[in-house]
Amino acid sequence: MATEVEETIKRIQAHKGVMGVVIVNHEGIPIKSSLDNATSVLYAGLIGQLTEKARNVVREMDSTNELSFLRVRSRRHEILIAPDREFILIVIQNTSD
Amino acid sequence: MELVNAYTKKRSSFGRQPLFCEQGPALCDSVPSDPAAQRGYVLRNPVHQPVQHGPRTSAHTVNTARAEYTTTGSNHAEGGWPKDVNVLDPEATQRYRRKIEKDENYIHCAMSLSPGMDHYVMQNNAIDMYQTYYTELAAQPPLERCSVRTVNVYRDPLAGGGGGGGGRPVSSVAWTPDGAGFAVAYAAMDAHLAPRAPLDAFVWDAESAARPAQTLRPPATLLDLQCSPRDVHVLAGGLASGQVAVWDRRRGAAPAGASPPHAAHRELVRGVLFVNSKSGREFFSGGPDGVCKWWDMRDLSAPTDEMIVDVVHSSFEAQSRARALGVSVLEYEPTIPTRFMVGTENGLVVGGNRKGKTPTEKLPAQFEAHFGPVRSLERNPSFLKNFLTVGDWTVRVFSEDCRESAVLWSPPQRRRVTAAAWSPTRLSLLLALQADGRLAAWDLLRRQHEPALAVRVSVEPLLRIKMHDGGALAACGSGAGHVYMVELAQSLVQSDKNDKALLTAVLERESRRERVLEARARELRLKLRQAEEGSAAASEEPPDERALADAAAEYAALVRRELAAL
Repeated sequence: MATEVEETIKRIQAHKGVMGVVIVNHEGIPIKSSLDNATSVLYAGLIGQLTEKARNVVREMDSTNELSFLRVRSRRHEILIAPDREFILIVIQNTSD
Repeated sequence: MELVNAYTKKRSSFGRQPLFCEQGPALCDSVPSDPAAQRGYVLRNPVHQPVQHGPRTSAHTVNTARAEYTTTGSNHAEGGWPKDVNVLDPEATQRYRRKIEKDENYIHCAMSLSPGMDHYVMQNNAIDMYQTYYTELAAQPPLERCSVRTVNVYRDPLAGGGGGGGGRPVSSVAWTPDGAGFAVAYAAMDAHLAPRAPLDAFVWDAESAARPAQTLRPPATLLDLQCSPRDVHVLAGGLASGQVAVWDRRRGAAPAGASPPHAAHRELVRGVLFVNSKSGREFFSGGPDGVCKWWDMRDLSAPTDEMIVDVVHSSFEAQSRARALGVSVLEYEPTIPTRFMVGTENGLVVGGNRKGKTPTEKLPAQFEAHFGPVRSLERNPSFLKNFLTVGDWTVRVFSEDCRESAVLWSPPQRRRVTAAAWSPTRLSLLLALQADGRLAAWDLLRRQHEPALAVRVSVEPLLRIKMHDGGALAACGSGAGHVYMVELAQSLVQSDKNDKALLTAVLERESRRERVLEARARELRLKLRQAEEGSAAASEEPPDERALADAAAEYAALVRRELAAL
C-alpha cells in the first residue's frame, strides 16, 4: 500500500510542468516532499493557514458546503491544493509554456 | 460522633406555675432635686445641635479569581513536531515520517486526493484556461438585419373630397434636386378622363408632413410631374389633356407656360422626363398616342422634336402613327445623352436614339417585357446596360445585349407589381411596390427567387416610388393619395466592397445563359426551317444515327477501360 502511494506521487511528478509535490499533515509537518526541507516547511506553514481560511470561507457561506480544491495561480506557476481532513496534498506546476 | 447532649425533665418536676398577684406600687427610693448644683451650670443659648439623616449604604467588593495572561510571539521554524522528536535530528524526523506513512489513514487520504490532483494537473497542461481567447481571429461582421420602417406619412389634404370614397391616387412622385422635398401629383379620373377630385398638385417639404410646402394648380389632371435636375424651382408636368406645362415655384401656383393643345399630344401624357441639355430646360414627353415629343421650356408653342414609336424592321417602311405603340413609361439616363428608352402599353420596351437618321436607327432595340403595360423602366445606376422593367406580376431585369428575353426575373407575384426603382447606393437592390400595399426589397446578391424583405407599408395599393439620392429614403405614393416615406436599414443602403464584382459576375452569367439559349433557339429555328423546305430531309437521319452509335460505342469502351483500371 505504501508503494502505491509512492507510485501515485511519482506519477503526478512525472506530468509536464510539475515542479514539486508536498504532502503536509494537519500539524504542519511535511510528510513527503520532492523539494528541499526549507521550502517544504515554508509551503507547509503558509498553505496550511490558507487552506484553513478557505475552508472557513466555504463553510461560512453555506454550512452544507465544503472545500474540495484550491488553486492559487500566479505569474510564474500555479499551486494546486487538495485538502483533506488530516492531510493536504500540494502540487506546484509551471503553467507558462 | 454525636454532639448531642440530651437531658430530659419531667413536666411534673417543673414546679408549679407562677401565680401572679396584685400588689400596689412601692416606693423604692426618691432623690430630690438639688438647686445648689444648678449654679455649676450655664445655660447655653443658642445651642447648635447638628442633626443629619441620610440613607445608609454599605460597600462590599467582590472579585473573581484572577487568571494570569502573558502575550508572547511564537516563531514557528518548523511544524508541530511532537515533543519526543528532536527537530534537528534528521534520523528522528525521518523515523517519524516513516511512521506516519505507514498509517492507514495517510494511505487512504493520499489515494483519494491524487486522482483529483491528476485531473487538474493534466487540465493545466492541456489548455491555458486564463488566456484571452480568440484574439487572433478577426472580428466577424455583424449579422445582417434588413428592415424597413415608415418614417413619415404625407396625407393628401384634399383627400375625401370627390366621388367614390377614398382619395386621389398618386400619379407621380419626384424628389427635388436638393433632396429636401418632393413633388407629388394626384390624379383621380373616371373612365372618360374627367377629373373626379380637385386637381391640385403639391410640393412637400420632407421635414413637415402636416401641410405641403406649396400648391400647384394645373389646368387639367396632372399625370406626371418632374423636377428639373438643374433648377430647384422649375417643374414640368404632363396633363391629361395632352398638353405639357411648366411651373416656376417662385411665380405661383399657375403654370408658367403650357403647350397649346394643337401642338401637344393627341391623348393624355403619361410621362415627362428632363433631358441633358446645356440650358437644363429641355424635356420630353410621351403618351398613349405613341409619339415622343421633345420640348424646350422657353418656347412651348411647338415641340422641338418628335418621334413616332413604331418599330419597323426595314428602312423602306415608313413609321406611321396608326401602328404606333402607346407609351406608358419613359426612361432617360443623363450620362447617355442621345439614347432613351420607352415602355409601351403592350409590354414592349423600345430603345431609342435621337440621333438616328433612318427609322431603324432611331429605334434600334426592342425587348418583349410583359403581358401588360410596362409600369416602370429604369437603368441600374452603376450597370447602365442593365435595366429593370415592371409590368404584369413580375419584375424583370434586362441586359441590352440579350434581345430575346430578360436576364433575371422574379417569379410571378400574387398581386400586380405596380412600380420599382433601383437603389442609387446599393448596386444590387431594387425596391418593388405591389398592388396590396407591400414594399418588396429585392437584393439580387442575396436571393433571386424571393425578395430579401417584404413589408406591408399601407392598406391601399402603392402606385409610385422614387428613391432619394442618398439611398436611405424612398417616397412611395399610394392609391389613397398618401405618400409614405420609408427608411431602409443600413444593410440595405450600403454596398460592400466586392458587391460590384459579384453583381457583374451574376449579370454576366445570366446574360451568357441567355445568349446561349438564344443561339440554341436560333439553331432550332434554322433547323425547323430547313426541315420545312424539305431538302435532304431523309439523308439527315442516318448520319445522325451513325454518329449516335459511334458515340455510344466510344463511351462504352471508355467505361470498360476505367473499370478495368480500378
